[in-house]
Amino acid sequence: MPKVTYVQPDGTSRTVDATVGRSLMQVALDHGVDGIVAECGGNAMCATCHVYVAPERLDDLGPLCSDEEEMLDCTASPRAATSRLSCQLPVTEDLDGLVLRLPEEQL
Amino acid sequence: MITLDDDPFADAVLADPVPLHRRLRDAGPVVRLVRYDVWAMARADEVTRALTDPETFCSSAGVGLSDFRKETPWRPPSLLLEADAPEHDRARRTVTSVLTPKVVKTYRDTFAREAEKLVATLVERGEFDAVADFAEAFPLKVFPDAVGLPAEGREHLLPYGAMVFNGFGPRNHLFTEAMERGAVAREWIAEHCRAENLAPGGLGARIHEAASEFSEEERALLVRSFLSAGVDTTVHALGNAVLCFASYPDQWAALREKPERSRAAFEEVVRFTSPVQTFFRTTTRDVEIGGERIPAGDKVLLFLAAANRDPRRWPDADTFDITRRAAGHVGFGSGVHACVGQMFARLEGEVLLAALARRVTTIELAGEPRPQLSNTLRGLASLPVRVR
Ligand code: FES
Repeated sequence: MPKVTYVQPDGTSRTVDATVGRSLMQVALDHGVDGIVAECGGNAMCATCHVYVAPERLDDLGPLCSDEEEMLDCTASPRAATSRLSCQLPVTEDLDGLVLRLPEEQL
Repeated sequence: MITLDDDPFADAVLADPVPLHRRLRDAGPVVRLVRYDVWAMARADEVTRALTDPETFCSSAGVGLSDFRKETPWRPPSLLLEADAPEHDRARRTVTSVLTPKVVKTYRDTFAREAEKLVATLVERGEFDAVADFAEAFPLKVFPDAVGLPAEGREHLLPYGAMVFNGFGPRNHLFTEAMERGAVAREWIAEHCRAENLAPGGLGARIHEAASEFSEEERALLVRSFLSAGVDTTVHALGNAVLCFASYPDQWAALREKPERSRAAFEEVVRFTSPVQTFFRTTTRDVEIGGERIPAGDKVLLFLAAANRDPRRWPDADTFDITRRAAGHVGFGSGVHACVGQMFARLEGEVLLAALARRVTTIELAGEPRPQLSNTLRGLASLPVRVR
């Protein structure tokens, strides 16, 4: 199973097993990782599942769709070039070792 | 085939749907409701699966019992709710662009101020009807203001909503009565979906601007979705919230301790009471679920409320607990048809419950709550309370 690491704003981090096919948002909730609110339950409507992806791994993720693009302009913490919505990112074997930084604020 | 003879639209069931929901979930993943010749799903997994597979479980044949391919709907179908891809995507993109979390945030201060004002008046009174004076009063003020409706005529919004939501069920007495009561509202609603009757800068006007690729008639239909979907649902959620807190004083104490929990508390109210109880879908192909083959063209009744209390998904599902992580419930639907106004509803719930929690120590019933029966919604007609 691919391993994914979530890094909190204070620097603490957790590495968890990510089930292929679940979204990176669901994986965080499955493991009780704080810092992802996911109010809309993964429907690209709330922007409260915002994460920053390690830049060198951006290409391993699928492209932004128009919903995600629009929603990323609504994040509570500033949007960066590496910003993604974790609910729109399905886990694949290729993502093993992925590191995601969590923003200061989600709401 | 598992069959049940129950009538989910019978008065007694609508007044207290929880026992039926339990029976449906326990009966199996897919159940045949013989009375209406429809399929039903009530477990969280299957309901979510159907909601997130719009190619198999379509909406354009209507999301009520009536099949638009065989019967003419009582009003022109909604471009959002009663549509499939690709038409649906176009309409949805337009509306979401006007209802983004960023736009919703711009209403926060105004809504919070209105919430403070309303709560102050009610605390002063001490005793009031938490439906008319609280749950209806707040959305009926802030929402039409935000949409840009004039002050006169707003009394048509609730009877109109009652027609819409009863219209998803069978042609029973609730439907007939709602249609009679709402007859005059229809014209007012139609009039006020037109650009010339909407205040500049409001959400309604912004829909007309954002929907420039649509015809004038279609633009009005998009605004109509706001007026149909944005009022009764929130009203019921707020009324249900007060009943929850009057019934679970420990949860009220928990909220009072930290009024900033009000957003999570509102989420739990939506999970626990599911103001929108059910929606139908129609199969576009033969599909096998839980060992049952559902043929193409059949209506499937999805029990959102039952899914939100499925013990397979929620620990202590029947416990109202504002500290739980309620995200992932289907009270706002899920998938491409998930409620586009959900961030607005959350804002309304959050600011109003926070205002109440900051001012009110105890909420007690001052009379029997009376349910408001509806073929789709679960809420109250009246809820006399005393606050201190
Ligand atoms: S969970 Fe709401 S946008 Fe991702």
